[in-house]
Amino acid sequence: MCDHQQCIHLTYNVSGDDFTTAGEASSNFKKKLMDLGVDRKTIRRVSISMYEGEINMVIHANGGVIDAYICTDHIDLILKDQGPGIPDIDKAMQVGYSTAPAQVQALGFGAGMGLPNIKNNTDDLSIETELGVGTTLRMRINLED
Amino acid sequence: MTLREIQRLLDGRILTKTSNLDIELNSAFSSDMMSHVLAYANDKSILITALYNPQVLRTADLMGISCVIFIGKNKPEPEIVALANSLGITILQSPYSMYVTCGLLYSNGLKGTN
Repeated sequence: MCDHQQCIHLTYNVSGDDFTTAGEASSNFKKKLMDLGVDRKTIRRVSISMYEGEINMVIHANGGVIDAYICTDHIDLILKDQGPGIPDIDKAMQVGYSTAPAQVQALGFGAGMGLPNIKNNTDDLSIETELGVGTTLRMRINLED
Repeated sequence: MTLREIQRLLDGRILTKTSNLDIELNSAFSSDMMSHVLAYANDKSILITALYNPQVLRTADLMGISCVIFIGKNKPEPEIVALANSLGITILQSPYSMYVTCGLLYSNGLKGTN
């Protein structure tokens, strides 16, 4: 288990007010990983996972907080929101299943691929959710040797 | 295929501050759904879309896509162009429809991303 004591820790507040700024946190974290010389394949997996999670926070939960940890052999992302929660995680994991409103789909999201994309790009994914309380996604991406 | 060749094939207009037209781009992906781009596109490819919003550019940035082709004759908002400039992404505007744009590029040798 990694207790994150020796890891680089960055926190991003994700605003739920403005869809146009969604993705800034993921963009900034990608720059940080590039500066640190993390390999391209890992950066790509982290970027896709974090961006999909960030977009979900904006669409469904009025924003939230992302804690990102860069550790010796992996990267952990913890995305926490105080949104409505996910009523059926199994359905939410199905490709094509979406509860996003039509106006979000018109902006290019809500295709029902967010959580499946995250699952495909992470080595570990856990979802804790409670209706009316919120959702926490914990993702781990292992660094390439 | 270079950006210069793509611009010529499409009678396209470059809207961003792009100095290197000789950059090689070896595949293309077209979609208006950004999750599809995140799932299937690769870097070194061009993104062709009719959607003009900041998330298109964020998606391109996160995927390492350096060139986005906007379809149609509507002018993107200045903030969109400014964001592309700040991210180092080229926007090329094609006057043709999505189908014709993709067809012109494909028939001239630019392969798709599967």
